[in-house]
Amino acid sequence: MQGNTACAEGALAAGCRFFAGYPITPSTEVAEHMALRLPKQKGVFIQMEDELASIAAVIGASWTGARAMTATSGPGFSLMMENVGYAAMTETPCVIVNIQRGGPSTGQPTLGAQGDMLQCRFGSHGDYSVIALSPSSVQEMFELTAKAFNLSDRYRVPTFLMADEIIGHMRERLAIPDSVETVERKKLEPGTLPFTAGVDGIPGFPGFGQGYGVHVTGLTHDERGYPAATNPRVHERLVMRLVRKVESARKEMADYQVTNPDARKVFISYGAPARTVHQVLHDRPGESLGHLRLRVVWPFPEFALGEFPEAEAFLVPEMNLGQVAREIDRHTDVPVIPVPKLGGDLHTPEELGNALEGAP
Amino acid sequence: MSFRDWYRVDRLPTIYCAGCGNGTVINCTLHAVDTLGWRWEDTVFVSGIGCSSRAPGYIRTDSLHTTHGRALAFATGIKLAKPDLHVVVFTGDGDLAAIGGNHFIHACRRNIDMTVICMNNWIYGMTGGQGSPTTPRGAVTTTTPYGSGEGVFDLSALAVAAGANHVARWTSYHVKELTRAIQTGLETPGFSLIEVLTQCPTAYGRRNKLREVSDTIEYLKDHAILLQKYNRLAAEGKPAPPDMFTVGEFVRRNLPAMGVPP
Repeated sequence: MQGNTACAEGALAAGCRFFAGYPITPSTEVAEHMALRLPKQKGVFIQMEDELASIAAVIGASWTGARAMTATSGPGFSLMMENVGYAAMTETPCVIVNIQRGGPSTGQPTLGAQGDMLQCRFGSHGDYSVIALSPSSVQEMFELTAKAFNLSDRYRVPTFLMADEIIGHMRERLAIPDSVETVERKKLEPGTLPFTAGVDGIPGFPGFGQGYGVHVTGLTHDERGYPAATNPRVHERLVMRLVRKVESARKEMADYQVTNPDARKVFISYGAPARTVHQVLHDRPGESLGHLRLRVVWPFPEFALGEFPEAEAFLVPEMNLGQVAREIDRHTDVPVIPVPKLGGDLHTPEELGNALEGAP
Repeated sequence: MSFRDWYRVDRLPTIYCAGCGNGTVINCTLHAVDTLGWRWEDTVFVSGIGCSSRAPGYIRTDSLHTTHGRALAFATGIKLAKPDLHVVVFTGDGDLAAIGGNHFIHACRRNIDMTVICMNNWIYGMTGGQGSPTTPRGAVTTTTPYGSGEGVFDLSALAVAAGANHVARWTSYHVKELTRAIQTGLETPGFSLIEVLTQCPTAYGRRNKLREVSDTIEYLKDHAILLQKYNRLAAEGKPAPPDMFTVGEFVRRNLPAMGVPP
């Protein structure tokens, strides 16, 4: 099965019942498969007039309690940034799939890249936090899409599946499980204000049409949901909670694979480049090579670096100019060596070999 | 219930300036939903950004105050995901016709089952009085200090052309007619636009020789001409003066619609 199709199947298995999107290469197959499958599962598919509207419709649907998703790529992703901030501010669960392509601008519509990793983290204005997952195989397109819904519902935060054209258009065997674990949104306890959060920083969800009479606004709001945009303390309290509810749960939601923890030279990767790293470790069995493969990239699990106590260098192959390498460097005294690759081709094993030769 | 029971009383008073027409439009809307016997639990008010878009904050139903121009796209998601809900959108001329213009024509084209009430005051009030797509030619705003040189959108004509099932225009002076038109809109399956010309004495009136609140209301009263009369005069070869604008029901039809509850 194709990666993009597996993504759509993962969403359906997770109970996604609403998809709004706009055609864009190389993500279109996600929408096409949802258009085919959703109406037969009592779900709703709608092709909106643009990506601004697509994510807006997804957020609206989510407030009725539906699991809702959109899928796009670079230029469409840029358009969505406005309402990514709205979803973060209003704590609306939603899943945004980005099948990354070469940028900036229209760039390379048909070729893969990982150039949107910082945009997904910081792309809308103001301070907030998000969750981002990165699949390295068709199987993970299915699994991590399903997982994205659980994380988004659990933490009430926009959650990104940051795939790329290579994984999206790859064809591999997919094993579909009999059932997929699903996490429900936390209920709003009677007598609790709609935006009063528990110790985990997550308020209960007062879905529309259930008699809550909730007011939802992108303005700075108090625990009642009412605008309090000129109150400095309310703003600080709200934004700190939006960030902390995600960042303080880094361990809880961490998802990574460790290979050879005693290694001296350690690759850190996510998405398509992990496949080349896998090949390099296979080709060089005698060398002390390790691999940290991130499935959840944001919030960044800095404690995972401690899984490699003997590490003398972290090599980070990315299909960008070192967007996550910069984050890794922030958390360690071990030398971090970005191995950037632009243009749409995967790193070759030789290129990673050359990077190893140059490492301290 | 009375229309008063629909208010979120702990949010009052509103942020609106003295003499603003928006309160009149909200009252007429709540009269209409109350007359129809709608339950607040089954009703959602949605809005974008601007003075008009603050209205849902004062209504006790579930309400979604969204981003500038995007209210109709959010409302589309709500209505398609849960067609049982009544969806009503408050918007303004800047929100609907400028930044939200594309969402507007596409919501009409899809004929999504919702009622959109546009408070058209020819100006961006909340940001202090900038020109909008409905600012009349020659009008003075902070961004057209020498008089607007741009053409204007006829929002109702746009909605008719784009495929809405029900379109009507009234003013803040015509409260009875407006309330009835909103009620018709709420009852009509498919997309309904109620355009309400209304006064903004603070940002528009005082720069355009309509200094008193009543000046704009008098203007609206004197320059509104019923669609049927306008057409009759035209047929008789005696067209209405060019500074008159038509009010009334422009279309009520039953084109295929989306999001209508089964």
